[in-house]
Amino acid sequence: MTDIIVIGAGVTGCAIARELARYDWKVTVLERASDVCEGTSKANSGIAHAGFDAVPGTLKAKLNVEGNGMMDALSAELDFPFKRNGSLVLCFDEGDRHKLQKLLEQGLKNGVKELRIIEKEELKSLEPNVSEDAVAALYAPTGGIVCPFLLTIALAENAAVNGVEFRLNTEVQKIEKISGGYRVTTGQGVLESRVVINAAGVYADRFHNMVSENKLRIIPRKGEYCLMDKKVGNWVTRTIFQLPTKYGKGVLVTPTVHGNLLVGPTAEDIDDYEGVNTTREGMEDLVKRASLSVEELPARQVITSFAGLRAHPVTEQEDFVIGQAEDAPGFFDAAGIESPGLTCAPALGKYLTAQVLEYLPAGARKDFNATRKGIPNMALADEEERQRLIRENPLYADVVCRCELVTEGEIMDAIHRPLGATTLDGIKRRTRAGMGRCQAGFCSPRTVEILARELDKDMAEIGKNDKGSEFLTGRMKEN
Amino acid sequence: MKKDLVIIGGGPAGLAAAAAAKENGVDDLVIIERDARLGGILNQCIHNGFGLHTFQEELTGPEYAERYIKKVLELEIPCKLNTMVIDLTQMSESKKNAGSSKANDAAGSKLITVMNRQEGLYTIEAKAVILAMGCRERSRGALNIPGYRPAGIYSAGTAQRYVNMEGRMPGREIVILGSGDIGLIMARRMTLEGANVKLVAELMPYSGGLKRNIVQCLDDFGIPLKLNHTVVDIKGKERVEAVVVAQVDENSRPISGTEEEITCDTLLLSCGLIPENELSGNLGVDMNPATNGPRVNESLETDKEGVFACGNVLHVHDLVDYVSEEAAQAGKCAAAYLQGRLAGAKGEIPIRAVNGVRYTVPVCIDPHRMGETQVVRFRVGSVYKDAAIEVSFNGKVVSSRKKRALAPGEMEQIILKKSELEQFQGLREITFSVRQS
Amino acid sequence: MEKKEFVCIGCPLGCNVAVETEGKDIKSITGNTCPRGADYVTKELTDPRRIVTSLVRVKGGELPVVSVKTVADIPRDKIGECVKALKEIVLQAPVCIGDVVVENVCGTGVNVIATKNVEKV
Repeated sequence: MTDIIVIGAGVTGCAIARELARYDWKVTVLERASDVCEGTSKANSGIAHAGFDAVPGTLKAKLNVEGNGMMDALSAELDFPFKRNGSLVLCFDEGDRHKLQKLLEQGLKNGVKELRIIEKEELKSLEPNVSEDAVAALYAPTGGIVCPFLLTIALAENAAVNGVEFRLNTEVQKIEKISGGYRVTTGQGVLESRVVINAAGVYADRFHNMVSENKLRIIPRKGEYCLMDKKVGNWVTRTIFQLPTKYGKGVLVTPTVHGNLLVGPTAEDIDDYEGVNTTREGMEDLVKRASLSVEELPARQVITSFAGLRAHPVTEQEDFVIGQAEDAPGFFDAAGIESPGLTCAPALGKYLTAQVLEYLPAGARKDFNATRKGIPNMALADEEERQRLIRENPLYADVVCRCELVTEGEIMDAIHRPLGATTLDGIKRRTRAGMGRCQAGFCSPRTVEILARELDKDMAEIGKNDKGSEFLTGRMKEN
Repeated sequence: MKKDLVIIGGGPAGLAAAAAAKENGVDDLVIIERDARLGGILNQCIHNGFGLHTFQEELTGPEYAERYIKKVLELEIPCKLNTMVIDLTQMSESKKNAGSSKANDAAGSKLITVMNRQEGLYTIEAKAVILAMGCRERSRGALNIPGYRPAGIYSAGTAQRYVNMEGRMPGREIVILGSGDIGLIMARRMTLEGANVKLVAELMPYSGGLKRNIVQCLDDFGIPLKLNHTVVDIKGKERVEAVVVAQVDENSRPISGTEEEITCDTLLLSCGLIPENELSGNLGVDMNPATNGPRVNESLETDKEGVFACGNVLHVHDLVDYVSEEAAQAGKCAAAYLQGRLAGAKGEIPIRAVNGVRYTVPVCIDPHRMGETQVVRFRVGSVYKDAAIEVSFNGKVVSSRKKRALAPGEMEQIILKKSELEQFQGLREITFSVRQS
Repeated sequence: MEKKEFVCIGCPLGCNVAVETEGKDIKSITGNTCPRGADYVTKELTDPRRIVTSLVRVKGGELPVVSVKTVADIPRDKIGECVKALKEIVLQAPVCIGDVVVENVCGTGVNVIATKNVEKV
């Protein structure tokens, strides 16, 4: 019997796993996809929210402000891109000023620092492209942007090197209470564990309801996004929100931490737990709503669109569901982690780990290594660093992805590091190869070739992500 | 490293430009090519139909490329393969003075930062540069096609590379969006190698491809072409399982109720090419929004002195023969520039593209600097029958050429004579337009 | 009497040319703007021919396949057979442009040649 099983290797599961790794437990993370960061964590706004949205007193509010505060140190420790670019909530109507005021008060109660309301003139001086219609804004200098992939991957890698076992391609089918723990049946065999932590995103209700009579319900809430070319990445420098509506935070316009411009999300409750398709209506709606925030939204510069599912819990208090299930000792939920889940993840990991410690005491591991070095980044490196990398390994001079300037050296590193990439999406999220304006048109055949060579597979076995997503269907003249 | 001339790109444009520059007396030059071999995209265009204009022969892409590669090798023009240009900038004033005792020499020098496995990362200082980086294909994202994002969605060129360079099939049951020549050619290639091409859908009411390709790539194999149709949804979570095709109205918007789901495992996109001008952007070259390429004068020189452009990075061509021809002119002009023969502009006459003419290359012409004749290349914005191309000087029509058919897919050209321009007193503006009968 | 429609490929105009035939005899050609239209349609009706381009496998080369073509056009109805004839062929690198890959492919009297250089590795 193992000590702890974590279900789900999204940002929440990986943040929990990394905190668990600080203690003397045997921890296994089960992930149904072929890589970490394959669900909600891969398709969201990439924002480190300041923390003025959540209702004071909720876990959301607490973990948001804490998580936001942890980002600088964590980013230094785990080497993932994070930038405190600040955020603005626009008010377009004098009659809505009380809403800004309410947000300000809420934020101050939640402990958000430096929060203040600014008037049009200051707003325009901060963000010249912001809409002429904005009359005032709430300004949160502590708001930030983060790479959701690299944050998740960094947490996972660090957990892995500290002894956490990750089982990918392992879907949990059944959880049963047994004496002293749980029996977890997966597509790849049966495991037993003293503690189970449920961080399964939109599927968290399914697993919770297998062991608890206090039923939980999660609705997948779809959000569509458009990503624009780096050419227009500086359209705004801060994250621009609109005053919230009943469907969430409204549409945001933000630079990404990698320098693109991101617009989104829509908000639509759906039945399909895998419904990550974009729609014409959604994309048109996005452009229309984002155009309220900025002048002349460069909609023609879209390089890709995507949709993600937020795990919206149907609860009275509109809060995350975190902690031990009342009627299932040793079964801990980290469920309903919708926005601002990405921001909360580091704080959530600590919060939940403290609860697990009470249930299953363990000593701290002396050999825990909290630091992790990321993949070198030729695109961002300065001349000296580039020269040093190339001297070390000439493959850092061999460009594979021309749009994002990603070299074979970086791709090799992505494959061979702990929890290395085995798919094209895995390479993409770790190195950005294929994320540029040609959207992998030029580099994907070469990346597939490198993956096949390094993993000792045939090119036909290499896929975009999970099984069934292979690119090649055969050889010429076979039919 | 210092060079008189650096040619960025070793595809058809770069090869022809380099050869012409060398033949016109430039000895200190180099071609920078990011791929492992010269020839660019021609290497994967294994179909025939290249070179009819240049060689009066029907060659395949690799054969056409080989003619120029041979020439470049015979002329002993150095080439750096597997080498990426990662930056292109103007030498700064301070560096100019500090870095060189012969300040004049370095005036206007360009700094080309390159990288490769053998030599690492370094900078080449060049007196002149020819931009010949080619173009890329419009992606699914840029086309805003809704739906899922499974494997099995390729630009036609990516599929072409898998098939023609690796002998691998990227799919079995294919739908192609876009009836440009690459899409049509791939319909035939995929069919011949064993795939089932179910449909080519085209958003416009006409095909962007050559008639010959419609007949020989689609009709020969019974592949249907649906005009005024587009893909409105992509289904399948891991791999494409189906696409939904719908008819569009005159504003290219899908008509509700016309949707048809087509089972397939692959969607190929052949929806236009975009010149790859990221490096030109780094240098701050003035761009033409109509072509997505630099604005050039009659010498194919951009607004940055000593920086020339040719081929698909300048504007997307229909035939490679014209790329070679244009590139040779760029090479020749770069040589003239380096030899001080490209006299300073005495008065550039703007060429305006109006009434159905989408753009012209060049965008201006200096009668004193031009050769005896000057080719002006252009495209029209829609399909015309029995129309005429009119050239006007200061608003007065000076020539009208009848055209039985004009289509956006075909590049047109008109040759202006130096004598005509010089004879016209007070020439301020040249206009290209379409006149419908 | 049988009616067939063709799109002439002679120029961008792309005339829709209608042909009436009786057995092997062409009775009428209409819709063409110029004589090239009639010539094209006659050829397409009586002896349609195409150049075929495809691939052949290569062993020991820098590329796993080499592009090939028929040196002249072959009857259109032999295209499929011609491609099939290439299926089992494996060349040894190096391959040079112009190397004969198949002689007299499918009895057409036309050779298939390599159109790319593939160096030995």
